[in-house]
Amino acid sequence: MSTLHTVNKSPFEKSSLDACLSRVGAGANVLLLEDGVYAATKGTAVEPRVKQALDSVKLFVLGPDLMARGLSEDRVIDGISVVDYAGFVDLAAENDKVQAWL
Amino acid sequence: MPIEVNGKSFETDEEGYLANINDWEPGVAEVMSKEDDLDLTDEHWDIINYLREYYEEYQIAPAVRVLTKAVGKKFGKDKGNSKYLYGLFPYGPAKQACRYAGLPKPTGCV
Amino acid sequence: MSETIKKFLYLNRKAPYGTIYAWESLEVVLIGAAFDQDVSLAFVDDGVYQLIKDQDTKGIGMKNFSPTYTALGDYEVKKVFVEKESLEERGLTLDDLQHLVWEDEDDDWAEKDSIELVSREEMTALMEDAEVVFSF
Repeated sequence: MSTLHTVNKSPFEKSSLDACLSRVGAGANVLLLEDGVYAATKGTAVEPRVKQALDSVKLFVLGPDLMARGLSEDRVIDGISVVDYAGFVDLAAENDKVQAWL
Repeated sequence: MPIEVNGKSFETDEEGYLANINDWEPGVAEVMSKEDDLDLTDEHWDIINYLREYYEEYQIAPAVRVLTKAVGKKFGKDKGNSKYLYGLFPYGPAKQACRYAGLPKPTGCV
Repeated sequence: MSETIKKFLYLNRKAPYGTIYAWESLEVVLIGAAFDQDVSLAFVDDGVYQLIKDQDTKGIGMKNFSPTYTALGDYEVKKVFVEKESLEERGLTLDDLQHLVWEDEDDDWAEKDSIELVSREEMTALMEDAEVVFSF
């Protein structure tokens, strides 16, 4: 069963991202949205953790949430795909279920 | 209660402020001022237009003292006081001018 | 107007948009500015994200309140402290933040910087020095 995992909390304030990444299986899809998008940016204290996850899972980040927060796409860690709302819908449709990490 | 301007209907809140600032057109100020028995002069329009510019730039309606200071800087020291503004808008710059300009009620205004 | 001037510190620790704290804090600061107190704003932890420049909320259908921070100078809010360590942990520098200024009436309306970068140690001192702390 393929699952789309979503994380919408800042990695600096909540442990949602870590909780998610440490429990998802190889090949899982993880979408960062809302305050979760901060984890997708370069040069942060959680960047090593995110890069390590990229070895085994696919990471996506919601573009409109990046833009709202003044974060341009060139700040996004290489290997993370930026998607719009239509891309979010596609991801949700392609996977068998969606699991939110609040 | 919605107000009628040039055959169009504009949604307002319970205190008469325009529900959507982007709906605004000059006719809104004309109709609202008529209801208050006030004739809009160029001096009134200076303030109304300035309030719209201020909102456009800062996304808030200015507090009265911020407005008076800014008006003094822009239109001359003799106009930068609440006496001048209340002379133009007897019910107060916030209650009248902001409302005519289609702005929401200023933050902190009771 | 209050007769005794107190040192107010507004402590901002949340990112914008994900929760309502950032906007609520800004509103309280603007309202409180009418009371002629000695006001300081502190941005630490995710609060530093509030000040990032070029925010554009069209895509998420929310009000972009970041321009409102540039009005703080008009409201006599001249002291904005940003914690250096919080920026660093987030891969940010002062250049990533909006330029906030206030106009000095006594110096021919010269524009002066409002933002001051401080260390965590200095932030501790600022919080201890404050008489009233509002947390957001």
